[in-house]
Amino acid sequence: MNFFFEVLIGGLLSGVMYALVALGFVLIYKASGVFNFAQGAMVYLAALSVVGVMEWGAPLWLAVILAFTIMTLFGIATEKFVLRKLVNQPPIALFMATIGLAFFIEGLAPMVFGSEPRALELGIVDEPIPWILDNWNMVISKFDLVAAGVASLLVATLALFFQYTRIGRALRAVADDHQAALSIGIPLQNIWAIVWGVAGFVALVAGMMWGARNGVQFALTFTALKALPVLILGGFTSVPGAIVGGLIIGASEKLAEIYIPPVMQDLFGGNFGGIEGWFPYVLALLFLLVRPEGLFGERHIDRV
Amino acid sequence: MLYREAGQFKTSYAADQQLFPIRQDRIGLIVLLAIAFLGVPLLASEYWFSAILIPFLIFALAALGLNILTGYAGQLSLGSAAFMAVGAYAAYNFQLRVEGIPLLVSFICAGLTAAGVGILFGLPSLRIKGFYLAVATLAAQFFIVWCLTKFPWLSNNSSSGVISTQKLMLFGHELNTPVEKYLLVLSIVVFMALGAKNMVRSTTGRAWMAVRDMDVAASVIGIKLMPTKLLAFAVSSFYCGVAGALYAFCYLGSVEPDGFSLDMSFKILFMIIIGGVGSIMGSFLGAAFILLLPIFLDVALPFFAELFGLPFSSATVSHIQILVFGALIMFFLIVEPHGLARLWQIAKEKLRLWPFPH
Repeated sequence: MNFFFEVLIGGLLSGVMYALVALGFVLIYKASGVFNFAQGAMVYLAALSVVGVMEWGAPLWLAVILAFTIMTLFGIATEKFVLRKLVNQPPIALFMATIGLAFFIEGLAPMVFGSEPRALELGIVDEPIPWILDNWNMVISKFDLVAAGVASLLVATLALFFQYTRIGRALRAVADDHQAALSIGIPLQNIWAIVWGVAGFVALVAGMMWGARNGVQFALTFTALKALPVLILGGFTSVPGAIVGGLIIGASEKLAEIYIPPVMQDLFGGNFGGIEGWFPYVLALLFLLVRPEGLFGERHIDRV
Repeated sequence: MLYREAGQFKTSYAADQQLFPIRQDRIGLIVLLAIAFLGVPLLASEYWFSAILIPFLIFALAALGLNILTGYAGQLSLGSAAFMAVGAYAAYNFQLRVEGIPLLVSFICAGLTAAGVGILFGLPSLRIKGFYLAVATLAAQFFIVWCLTKFPWLSNNSSSGVISTQKLMLFGHELNTPVEKYLLVLSIVVFMALGAKNMVRSTTGRAWMAVRDMDVAASVIGIKLMPTKLLAFAVSSFYCGVAGALYAFCYLGSVEPDGFSLDMSFKILFMIIIGGVGSIMGSFLGAAFILLLPIFLDVALPFFAELFGLPFSSATVSHIQILVFGALIMFFLIVEPHGLARLWQIAKEKLRLWPFPH
């Protein structure tokens, strides 16, 4: 049972990491209806620019600030040069444009900062917490806990930002109804630039966490693939959905990885590891059959 | 002036309903087919056949399959490469396990297998829509590739699921030169493309388009959503499956499950977006563009590097390739969101008057 809880908690904590990436998707989808496939590439770019700037001799805090600047500028440029020109196009065209953007970033980032995998030191060690290890005999990583803390902080900040600031209110208005927001004088294009900036910031946080965890390398772009099932499970338009979805996916994925392959091995023989590649998707798919708009997504009403 | 349909009167129903109602189109198509079947085999080199023409035709077929699903029936799918994988492995297994099965029959069986799998993964489309469905089709992409790697029976117990395809025996004659393979692929692709062209103007095709434009409205006017959507998934997967079988048998000769990656699915999706969503010809144009672009960049970038004396390493060149590829995709979407097929449409409008101003 101890082992079960250890896996469960480990899964929940890694789910928080997925939720970090999923948040970036949700922010942009909510505000502009763009399904931004480049979020994973943005995570990579953010992490790479932190490491790259540090390699030029800057301290961590300066590197983070510079990376934040880069991400914001990049977000604004994307909005200005790509998405603004695609307004009123079908969603699939916008989606394809973000895939193009992902390719663009995946080519650009390693060209500027180098492509070899590097470690990112944040000063947090990835080791079990001795206190829990002694009392409950469970291995819970210190780093995972910090990551969970950072994610909660980020979500709380975003929630406050959305709820209580002028810009936040404007963002929510745009998310609700573009036309209405425009007609009461909210500058739509500025709002979109801000959203892309915020998404860049979320990508930066996710990139630093993932980068410190697994090293800064090209594989960071695949975090997007981890975030997608979280996204459909939680609903594209819901920030809490991204968190809850992340927790569900993280926990069930880790549990499935432990408990399903032995069963399949008994049934068919052979080696059935590596199911975490598809399991979250199938889980989310089964979930969608019950609730087609995800856990917290907006209910879709079709009118003719 | 060149492309003017005025004066072409239809005097029978058959003439009115033919596949290419305009004479210039018919002539153009016949010339094109003559070039493809007779001219190209005489002129093209071995490199052209095995590196450009055969993959072009195969990917055009896969893009055609996806276009039926996404462009005509409106169901966005990110798992087309997985259905190609199903086709490739099914064809291999039919050849392996059924004694003396003719090549074409095994390809058809492969397509049908892919269609069955496609229906299975199409079931969620009855409940979910749009990007939710797109992400759900990723389940097919990852699950199928995983299955092919992990169940050794499917790849005849080879390590990590690599299969080497059997000989191509057609009516007792072994196809082993690139020209013969090219002609086989070309015949299949032309046949299936004409089939698709016919299908999309039939009742089925019109039902697909009604569902694409608005599925609630379609069901109100009496189109049954379930069979229509599932048929779209089945036909699309059939096309992708046959393309996959050709990909394994006529192009590479030896494939592994990981070759049918998400990247390949995206590539096929790019083809229909660049070529034109909801256009048969667009699938071909898009496939040509997406396949030729990397080859062009391969040649052009080192040339430019040398021209300007830039010291590019090979890693930098590959990064620039990815970057330019992404940038071109975005550029294309901004300049012509309806794809190359739309450019062709515009060209035809212009040709109607050319060289006169009015």
